[in-house]
Amino acid sequence: MTAAVDKAAPVAANRERARSLAMLAAIWGVLALAPFWMPYLGGYTALGTRVLVLGLGAMAVNFLLGFTGVLSFGHAAWFGLGAYGCGLFLKFIAHSTPLSIVAGTLLGGVMGAILGALIVRRRGVYFAMVTIAFGQVFYYIAFQWSSLTGGDDGLRGFQRAPLDLGFTTVDILYNSTAFYYFVLICFAAAAAVMGFILRSPFGRTMLAIRENERRARFLGIPIELHIWIVFTLSCFFMAFAGSLYALVNNFADPLGLHYSQSGNFVIMAVLGGMRKFWGPLLGAAVFVVLQDYVSSLTVNWQFFIGLLFVVVVLFFPRGLLGFFQQRVQS
Amino acid sequence: MTLLRVENASKKFGDLVAVDGVSMTVEPGELRAVIGPNGAGKTTFFNLISGFLTPSSGRIVFDGEDVTKLLPARRVWRGMARTFQITEVFPELTARENLRIAVEVASGYRLKTWLSRDADGEVRARVVDLLDMSGLVDKADRLVGELAHGDQRATEIMMALALRPRLLLLDEPTAGMGDKETYDITQLIRKLHKNQNLTIVLIEHDMRVVFHLADRIMVLAEGAMLAEGTPQEIAANEAVQTAYLGKAA
Repeated sequence: MTAAVDKAAPVAANRERARSLAMLAAIWGVLALAPFWMPYLGGYTALGTRVLVLGLGAMAVNFLLGFTGVLSFGHAAWFGLGAYGCGLFLKFIAHSTPLSIVAGTLLGGVMGAILGALIVRRRGVYFAMVTIAFGQVFYYIAFQWSSLTGGDDGLRGFQRAPLDLGFTTVDILYNSTAFYYFVLICFAAAAAVMGFILRSPFGRTMLAIRENERRARFLGIPIELHIWIVFTLSCFFMAFAGSLYALVNNFADPLGLHYSQSGNFVIMAVLGGMRKFWGPLLGAAVFVVLQDYVSSLTVNWQFFIGLLFVVVVLFFPRGLLGFFQQRVQS
Repeated sequence: MTLLRVENASKKFGDLVAVDGVSMTVEPGELRAVIGPNGAGKTTFFNLISGFLTPSSGRIVFDGEDVTKLLPARRVWRGMARTFQITEVFPELTARENLRIAVEVASGYRLKTWLSRDADGEVRARVVDLLDMSGLVDKADRLVGELAHGDQRATEIMMALALRPRLLLLDEPTAGMGDKETYDITQLIRKLHKNQNLTIVLIEHDMRVVFHLADRIMVLAEGAMLAEGTPQEIAANEAVQTAYLGKAA
């Protein structure tokens, strides 16, 4: 009996490992070949780029929501700050794509770290409300400070610079495939860091806080410190995604800071499956493609996103990815 | 040296005095039971010791240091671990993962993003030790939320033990359990107490468990200490019998 149990456990673990490796290979294969298969399905490369960038934003929200159990409803603030930081750097300081990404990421990440320190004692609805308020503060600053940000019209007048690799220069401005791969490399780097953290002892304290805050506290985990660190990391990832978003559009928009944008990120995470690492990417893909397709038919595209969201929450509480994985397993 | 000294601790919630000037000293290696009728203030008293609540007045001295104002996590770092009346575990993680988190935190790895092969091996070995000790080996890779109540409770106790505490506080370890589970948990606590010479303070309703385990018993009633002594002394104490059986007795 015990022998059977001893043998069964590694077999199940191996099968589990094989399955997750297969899934990883499939995800990276689909992403790496996107510029080749997308046109056949009526897509275009820039759409794939948008999915990656918004997917990364949704994964950053989910880093906090799905793995630590903390809901921020104002994460667009850090996304938008990243976009403005990146755009302003390109427009006024230097014509360098990598440095503009660093600038945007630092602006959003550092602001997130400072404001996060003020609110980590709040929980649940109170935390979510305060994050909405922060987001709206930045929205109104971007909206009103026209001389710097372009106000309601958004920030224009900057373009992504060609990548100088030393031995050669890559045109990522007009060559959309080259830009897609540039964004994919950035995405892969951020996703690798996230995955690495989640598999570490620190990552497990995140799960502990999500699962049972009281137990975590009485294991000797200083909850507020850990939530602040996760919040800060999540803001940096968010600002990184925001910087890329400014490069995608060569434009930064005050609506990128608005709480409705924060809500979209949460919707993507929940739609795809917030307990799953890759769930938010799937959610973003569905969201972006649906938006692109339905908005060409009707201006009321949000109605259909809302409908899908309700169906998923009611019938597939583990999200689309959770649902598919369950189907594969059974 | 005395491990835990509670000096005249009180806790008021508005007009209600939940704990009223209770003192207690616990020596190293002792197993102390705290008993009393419902609403006697046992859990509140526990919460004062573990830092879940701060006393309105009085002092908590742990290992010679005044910890009255310390946050719970800091008391844990000094060697105090506790379980709760309603089992507090990480339900959507496996028993192994539950213990792993406790072992990693106890080893000072909670902020680490990477473990060396050696450190990782030590953590795994310690988790297996704890699983062996508690008889959870067969269920190690099942989600704790799906385990039987007794196994969840054992997981919680082993998580507290993973912290290598010098004082273990158990709030009603056999609450809501059947006879078999009660027996198993009692044996586990007895084993920890005897084999590791662990100092334990526990709240318990089941008198068979209390008289089987405790070196000394403290009785609380209406927030105040009613009696204290060996199990034999407490069994013979008339005031205790009155408190438990009502004034008619």
